[in-house]
Amino acid sequence: MRGGTELGRVRGLGSAKEGAHHWWHQRVTAFGNLFLILWLIFSLLRLPDMGYETVRSWLQSPIVAVPMALIVINTFWHMKMGLQVVIEDYVHGGSRIISLALLHIWTFGAGGLALFSILKVAFTGTPS
Amino acid sequence: MTPSRPRPLSPHLTVYKWGPHMLVSIMHRMMGVGLATAGVLGFVWWLVALASGKEAYASFLKCAAGPIGFAVGIGLSFAFFLHMGNGIRHFVLDTGAGYELKGNRLGAMVVIFAAFVLTALMWLYIFMKGL
Repeated sequence: MRGGTELGRVRGLGSAKEGAHHWWHQRVTAFGNLFLILWLIFSLLRLPDMGYETVRSWLQSPIVAVPMALIVINTFWHMKMGLQVVIEDYVHGGSRIISLALLHIWTFGAGGLALFSILKVAFTGTPS
Repeated sequence: MTPSRPRPLSPHLTVYKWGPHMLVSIMHRMMGVGLATAGVLGFVWWLVALASGKEAYASFLKCAAGPIGFAVGIGLSFAFFLHMGNGIRHFVLDTGAGYELKGNRLGAMVVIFAAFVLTALMWLYIFMKGL
C-alpha cells in the first residue's frame, strides 16, 4: 500500500524528500550550538572581570564578534525550531497560529537586537 | 481545526512508571523552553546594554550580580548543561544505539548527574575567582 494523495500517486513522483528537513536541521544546529555555547562559556570565564571596558574590548575582536553573531543565527534558529515543536504539541486551534506568529516575532526581534548590538560594539570599539 | 467535541485520548502518560529516561526527556524540553525565553532575554539584555553605553550596562550588571541575577544564572547554566548533555545523548540514540533498557537508563542518569556536576564546577570557579 502506498501513501500520499491520489494525484500524487498518479504523478508517481514519490515523496518530496523533505520529510526529515526539520528533524535534520534541529540536529545540525544542535551540533553547531555545542561548540558555540561552550566557547562562549569558556571565553567569558577567562575574562578578568565582567566590567564595561573589559567586555567591550573583548567583543571588539573579530575572533569574538563573529562567533557571537553565529550564536545569534545558529542558536536562535535552533530555538525557533524547538519552540515550534513545543507549540505544535500543546497549543491547538487558532491560538496555535497566534503562538507561531509570536514565536516568529520573538526570534527575529531578539535576534535583530542582539545582532545589531554585537556589530555596533565590534565596529565602534570602546568609547573613551 | 478545533474538533466540535473533545476526542478520546489514550492514557499515555499516566499508565507508565516514571524512569530516568522520562525525567530527562521532559527536563530536556523544559530546559529548552527556559533557555529560549529567560536565556534569550538575558543574552539580549546583556548585549543591548553593552551597546547602549556605560549607564545601561551598569544597571544590567547591578541586576545580574545581585541575588536574583545569580539565581537566574545558576538556573540557566544548569538548563544549558542538561540540554547539552541530553542533546549529546540524542546524537547517540540517533545512530540507533543505546536503546537497551540498562544502557538507556544509565545514559539518562549520567546526563542528569553531569548537569549538576558541571553547574557546580562552573559556579565554584566563578566564586573562587571573584567577579
